[in-house]
Amino acid sequence: MSRGEILGNIRSGVNYNKDDSQRQQAVSNRLAAKADNLIPGRAQLPFAEQVELFKAMVHEALAELIELDSLDQVPQACADWLSSQGIKQLISASDSELTALDWNPLEQQQILRTERVAQAGDIASLTSSFAGIAETGTLMLHSGPQSPTTLNFLPDNHMVILRRSTIVGVYEEAWKKTREKYGNTMPRTVNMITGPSRSADIEQKLQMGAHGPKNLIILMIND
Amino acid sequence: MQINTPFFKQRAHDALADENLQKALGNLKAGFPEKRAIAVDRMPEFEELRNQGRDLKNHILEHLDLYLEQFESKVIENGGQVHWARTSEDANRIILDLCKQVDAKTVTKGKSMVTEEIGLNDFLEANGVQPVETDLGEYILQLRGDHPSHIIAPAIHLNLEDVSETFHKNHNRPKSDDPAVLMQEAREVLRDKFVAADVGITGANFCVAETGSTIIVTNEGNGDLTQTLPKTHIVVTSIEKVVPTLEDMTLFLRLLARSATGQEFTVYNTLSTGSRREGDQDGPENFHVVLVDNGRSEMVGSEFQDMLRCIRCSACMNHCPVYGAVGGHSYGWVYPGPMGSVLTPQMIGIEKGGMLPNASTFCGKCESVCPVKIPLPKLMRHWREDEFQKHLQPKAARYGLAGWAFLAKRPTLYKPYTRMASWFMKRLAGKKGRIKKLPLAGGWTDWRDMPAPQGTTFMQSWKEQQKNGEQP
Repeated sequence: MSRGEILGNIRSGVNYNKDDSQRQQAVSNRLAAKADNLIPGRAQLPFAEQVELFKAMVHEALAELIELDSLDQVPQACADWLSSQGIKQLISASDSELTALDWNPLEQQQILRTERVAQAGDIASLTSSFAGIAETGTLMLHSGPQSPTTLNFLPDNHMVILRRSTIVGVYEEAWKKTREKYGNTMPRTVNMITGPSRSADIEQKLQMGAHGPKNLIILMIND
Repeated sequence: MQINTPFFKQRAHDALADENLQKALGNLKAGFPEKRAIAVDRMPEFEELRNQGRDLKNHILEHLDLYLEQFESKVIENGGQVHWARTSEDANRIILDLCKQVDAKTVTKGKSMVTEEIGLNDFLEANGVQPVETDLGEYILQLRGDHPSHIIAPAIHLNLEDVSETFHKNHNRPKSDDPAVLMQEAREVLRDKFVAADVGITGANFCVAETGSTIIVTNEGNGDLTQTLPKTHIVVTSIEKVVPTLEDMTLFLRLLARSATGQEFTVYNTLSTGSRREGDQDGPENFHVVLVDNGRSEMVGSEFQDMLRCIRCSACMNHCPVYGAVGGHSYGWVYPGPMGSVLTPQMIGIEKGGMLPNASTFCGKCESVCPVKIPLPKLMRHWREDEFQKHLQPKAARYGLAGWAFLAKRPTLYKPYTRMASWFMKRLAGKKGRIKKLPLAGGWTDWRDMPAPQGTTFMQSWKEQQKNGEQP
């Protein structure tokens, strides 16, 4: 009942008449075109400069960035970072690019790697990412059977693998790539993450680590 | 929530004398406006983004019914459900039913002003479902039995000592006055609540018609834990939040963070589409969107339609001299500041909300910082006219205006009267040129001197100059 009343009210306000084809056409056109609005000049750069912008914005967002030459170096990088923090646990996504790696370096440091969803009390997680967005140093992550969303939020420390080649200038490019991969159906959850969790709710003073991860560590693979 | 808008004058008076509140409001003035200015400077195209934001919202409102239908069909296609609520009561009943379907005992909540608007927490509690606010500011307020005084910084009226006291009382831990320790406390206490909740309720900043997605924007990550862990995710939002495509949403995201907190981008921008997919190990099994109307559909096509462009960034209140002086609670209902002064009379009636559109100096700062260029002073003026036509203003204001109108419409009376008044006020001011006390203007002169006119009227000066052949 509410539905009809609400739509009826709107229609009586918008100059609706029996032949509503013009309005309908305008809506279908807009939905089909998926046209860009203004794209800020900031990230319209050659690729190498986009990467530099991404790194600068990541730094500004107070995330940590570790550059690696290849994916094979990820286990050692994880082992180094975790042991520097005295952490003995890593909850991991199970994408094939992660499971295929040799995780010996973790074992050598007695760090236990487990593939599962996150639980309250987890200290550190590792996931892949879909894209990096230079404009604001933002990561885009998609949920899926191998990449549960809780890994991005529950643990105190979130380590994310980002391939340099997946860095784009602006959000719009990441949406286009998402559509290319998934067609008309979006992943259940798309996370855009820019730095670690924070709040300024007490006296407007910024404190890091509110409910999400206290540290965001980006492992950038220079592929 | 109790409506206290008719008592604005008294509440504003009390607020000005409240030292703690004044101290807390000091944090606002130095914070948001400065950060916004820096962020806007770093985005040379900001003005053009504002123009596009305004035009796109106007296009959406002219096709709102069609975009809502498209959004609904996409949500259903992705395994979710859409519920339409004409009133607050409808919305509360729908949400309670959804909670009962999963036998919910506790419900975690992300920050949502629409749920404040419909009074959801009280309603759920009265019906045996315990809501738990998870945004740090909202959580502090819930423990205190308090309400937000700002739409994005809900606890801005409190000081560190207030939070410290509240946590000490409720958390059974040693008292701390370190904000970092207090936040860690909230993090630990709420972690269990996140996990235990049967239902998670969030708002939505935008609803994307193209994909049937809703998006939340948070810095804390509380909204994400709220919506990911429980069995059911209920999005409570309002009909004007729909946007056509992801690209269109992106335009507003670029405007929102910069206008709100002055950030380049908010930490977590999270898009939710439907329920848990096959093979997913986490995420909600049920996904519901409750579209609240509550007077908005009547605004389409009316003189207040422009208000529906609002993206709830709070820039208008952050820059408002009245809000900055008296704080959000003086406004007496859910939405404070300039945007609240336009929206509140629509939602609770001009009879009760009429004080708010009068609580403005019309300095125009709100309109000048609005990311979608809502003509807020003009809309407040519409309400003042409406109030005047319905004879709702206090007698003093009505008779005062009527008296002035009588004179102003009769130049033969108006000219000698203003000449006399100007001469008299100049004499009254003496050498300093400032008036310390003026009959009937105590509201001004009790607090500051009135600058005196220079002794002649504009008409007199004009004639004088014409006679002397000077250019004005």
